Amino acid sequence: MPPNDLVIPRADFSLRRVGAMVLRYWYLLRGSWPRILELAYWPTMQMILWGYINQFMASSSGGGSGWVAQGAGVLVSAVLLWDVLFRGQLGVSISFLEEMWSRNLGHLFVSPLRPGEWVTALMTMSLLRTLIGVLPAAGLAIPFFGYSVFALGLPLAAFFANLIVLGWSLGLLIVALILRYGMGAEGLAWIVVFMLAPVSAVYYPVSVLPAWLQPVALALPSAHVFEGMRALVFDGTLRWDHLAWAVGLNAVYMAGGIAVFLYAFHRARVRGALLQTGE
Amino acid sequence: MTERPIPQQQPATPAIAQAIAPAIRAEGLTKRFPTPDGRDVTAVDAIGFTVPRGSVTGLLGGNGAGKTTTISMLLGLLLPTAGTVEILGVDMARHRHAVLPRMNFSSPYVELPHRLTVRENLTVYAHLYGLTCVKKRVQELAEHLDLSRFLDRPSGGLSAGQKTRVALAKALLNDPELLLLDEPTASLDPDTADWIRTYLERYRLRTGAAILLASHNMLEVERLCDSVLMMRQGRIVDRGAPSALLARYGRQTLEEVFLDIARASDDRIPTGETADAAE
Repeated sequence: MPPNDLVIPRADFSLRRVGAMVLRYWYLLRGSWPRILELAYWPTMQMILWGYINQFMASSSGGGSGWVAQGAGVLVSAVLLWDVLFRGQLGVSISFLEEMWSRNLGHLFVSPLRPGEWVTALMTMSLLRTLIGVLPAAGLAIPFFGYSVFALGLPLAAFFANLIVLGWSLGLLIVALILRYGMGAEGLAWIVVFMLAPVSAVYYPVSVLPAWLQPVALALPSAHVFEGMRALVFDGTLRWDHLAWAVGLNAVYMAGGIAVFLYAFHRARVRGALLQTGE
Repeated sequence: MTERPIPQQQPATPAIAQAIAPAIRAEGLTKRFPTPDGRDVTAVDAIGFTVPRGSVTGLLGGNGAGKTTTISMLLGLLLPTAGTVEILGVDMARHRHAVLPRMNFSSPYVELPHRLTVRENLTVYAHLYGLTCVKKRVQELAEHLDLSRFLDRPSGGLSAGQKTRVALAKALLNDPELLLLDEPTASLDPDTADWIRTYLERYRLRTGAAILLASHNMLEVERLCDSVLMMRQGRIVDRGAPSALLARYGRQTLEEVFLDIARASDDRIPTGETADAAE
């Protein structure tokens, strides 16, 4: 019997069902002000911390601090964009975990909801959660440090889009691992993205890394985004080559993320894991 | 005298075939789960049965007999190792999403999100099932199932009886033509359980829906079911109308029949299964 969830759903994709799932997660979010506060808390704390480090290094003389001094707010931009990647991944993983915690998967997948619609809802919620988390921090950077990340202009949208798409790919990978290994793998939702931090060249250029590690970094869309961001801040130039690499690599990672998720979902139906989930 | 040709019976068109098909037709349905030591455990062993439209069929058996596994396969939550399932004339392996809007499911073991209110949960599922006039339908079901008083309370804070009624409301949102119920009155007091049974009887009479009911409550099965499937160790070992089973086993109650089957060795079970299986 050919399982129909191995095929990426094209026909009968319902935006209404996507909306229903977004509504489900929105109800959950709006029902708890600490959750909304928590979304904005860490990005704001990070921004303030790195903002003062940026200010200190820019005002000091010589060494690496001179490098930082050339581009006002480079570390603040980096921390805010890194949070886009982290929140993007977490947004997908946490919304999925909500279903696991509430043992709701059995009800969801006897309804007409399709896996593709669910994934679209997870991504939409990830976008909303990321905006709720990052926008206040970006706004507060203006009065705190006189720096506006929005001054990056249109390229900022491209950086944002590439990082959040990479976050979604990672989120789908984590969802697949939790579907496969159960709630024992829950902790991955909070740690996997940090494996990428050293090779994403968030706060330093890729050239700082050892030669053998540089190809690894350049195989990540995030490294291209942060290189592109620094080129814009320091030289005022938009590096189309980095942007093209980021988009191309993201297409590969997203295709991989969707394939791994669909396979894990199919295996969950083989093993009966959709009913036997929860804490 | 020349014989007039006998008109050949035309094969039914798919639409007609679906319209006259039973609510459930399962053939050779098998589920094997791998064990850590590399061997397979057969949870459901090549069972076959039909549930006619408008009927209530009981699925009985001891713990581990294969009832929940069977229901999960009928719902498409669990992929069979072998065999086929047709729901309302639709092949579940190939066109599951075509029939999911016409069926529904309730189980005390698959919960609705605790932190959402009853109204929010029902609203989300009403949208997932593509209902029009969502508010009106939620209000209507709340009145029918006596939920109005706690529509705006979190689902997790309700009593067992209230939760069961909410789960039933969710299962009836789309006025399903087929309702699969896994122990719908488990852990309920006699008054609430009786109320649920009466509601199900009226629902069946009003809509002509078919119901497949897994239960350990023999009085409930005798009251509600037109026919019964007796499962043991993954197999259907007997079937028939409750009155026929009582006569076959020479017993006064279905509970006594259940105990006979549960405690008997295979060769002591009467041969009703063989006769009925050919139906």
